[in-house]
Amino acid sequence: MNNSIALKSILTKEIQRFTRIWVQTLVPPAITISLYFVIFGSLIGSRIGEMGGFDYMSFIVPGLIMMSVITNSYSNVASSFFSAKWQRNVEEMLVAPVPNWVIVAGYVGGGMCRGILVGLIVTFVSLLFVDIQLHNIWVIIATVTLTSATFALGGLINAIFAGSFDDISIIPTFILTPLTYLGGVFYSISLLPEFWQGVSQINPIVYMVNAFRYGFLGISDVSLVTAFAVIGFFIVTLFTIAMVLISKGIGLRS
Amino acid sequence: MTYALEISALEKTYKGGFQALKGIDLTVKKGDFFALLGPNGAGKSTSIGVITSLVNKTGGQVKVFGYDIDTDLEKAKSFIGLVPQEFNFSQFEPLVNILVNQAGYYGVSKSVAIQRAEKYLKQLELWDKRDEPARALSGGMKRRLMIARALMHEPQMLILDEPTAGVDIELRRSMWDFLRELNQQGITIILTTHYLEEAEMLCRNIAIIDGGEIVEDTSMKKLLAQLDVETFVFDIKVGATLSELEHFSKQSPEIAYRVVDDHTLEVDLNKSQNLNQVFAQLNAGDIEVQSMRNKSNRLEALFVSLINNKKSDSKAKQQTVAVGAK
Repeated sequence: MNNSIALKSILTKEIQRFTRIWVQTLVPPAITISLYFVIFGSLIGSRIGEMGGFDYMSFIVPGLIMMSVITNSYSNVASSFFSAKWQRNVEEMLVAPVPNWVIVAGYVGGGMCRGILVGLIVTFVSLLFVDIQLHNIWVIIATVTLTSATFALGGLINAIFAGSFDDISIIPTFILTPLTYLGGVFYSISLLPEFWQGVSQINPIVYMVNAFRYGFLGISDVSLVTAFAVIGFFIVTLFTIAMVLISKGIGLRS
Repeated sequence: MTYALEISALEKTYKGGFQALKGIDLTVKKGDFFALLGPNGAGKSTSIGVITSLVNKTGGQVKVFGYDIDTDLEKAKSFIGLVPQEFNFSQFEPLVNILVNQAGYYGVSKSVAIQRAEKYLKQLELWDKRDEPARALSGGMKRRLMIARALMHEPQMLILDEPTAGVDIELRRSMWDFLRELNQQGITIILTTHYLEEAEMLCRNIAIIDGGEIVEDTSMKKLLAQLDVETFVFDIKVGATLSELEHFSKQSPEIAYRVVDDHTLEVDLNKSQNLNQVFAQLNAGDIEVQSMRNKSNRLEALFVSLINNKKSDSKAKQQTVAVGAK
């Protein structure tokens, strides 16, 4: 059995899905991010002054790109996999000799593609508002790739457990969005009181946003090694959980 | 001998405690056209679910072409094509994409998959709809799409769970021809259906399942040979009166005639009697027959009697247990 063909099939199907409904998947992040730039960057940002040695608009650009990558990689897999469960076309894969890791890799790959594509769109939109600096392109590529994989895995696990469409919006609304807003997108955590700086250390998004910002601006509130270690830990943990759930057939087989 | 399917002591108990399969044993030979019949909730779909790994079994063993689903699941899956009872494809994808993706899950390259998609869509008269989303198809077309999808990896065993449910008779007959052709090519076919006529016309061997147990597992010929009495209905040409028919029926006590009305006569024939005798008597009585048919499907009569026997057996068992408990 040629697993690479099976993987390519799942990946192609996933990419076809989000590009077929591009008005729902690719346009909204561009509009949302433009509003962030206008409101937080131009209107409010001009009164804030510098942050971390850079003007506020330049400071928030990496965080806003990362925010789009996170939400889009997560929601792509959550909604696509749950829809496949709901319409029962997930059975097409379950009855076929597709190894579980291929199913996980295919869906996660699809989520990563959408996350990274939206990240690129947002980057192009941000060029309309600010000149983007590049400090280390490899750190940027590594961070965006690993972060999108982490949240695509999270979206997959959410979809496996979800029993209704409401269940795939609960985690993004009540956990993902607060963690993102408190993850240093709009501020440096060094501005927080010591206690809240400590609390922020348990928020994984802080490490992702800061590593990404380092790639653009060369500044970070956390060390790069710690950031990649944290991201690596989440990827391994979430991948293991996803594999166990699918092999046991939780939410998929009766 | 390697069978296409070997099931032994298969059990499935769902989380709520409902025992859907109570240790069933079943074998299907390579190249067979096999019917798995049973009333609603008998365990047919659960059995198919276990064979295709959509349902986790709680006991027993399943082998597909000699490969155990516990140890060689992926190999076993590669032999099976499944046409499920309910539509389970993405409603938003074009037909060609559904078929090509499905072939991809089995490792079939895109170029080969496109050729096969064209072949099966044409054979199943869906080629004109190839670029339309699946939701645009009628019910019968959706059933045919699922057959095409199940064939994309050219399986050696095709399992069809009520493939003609809700399909009109003309389309049903064309699907029967298509399935017969596949079987002649060597594909083992396992069919569940509520149309017993369909099973009788297509299948060589049959198992009847009820309450999670196999109540009959034999060849179609042997099963039909169990019929003691068969009822035929004669449509009498206008001319004979009701009293003439009643007089005729009383004159021939060795054959059980029943007069339904002035142009319908029913005859119960046992195994020692034949239709020639009936026609001879009708000729002698100067009664002209316009047409003749079976009163009910022969398999249907047997099916009902087997299920009823099982119900009476289990009632008797329950009563024995209750008496013992007292």
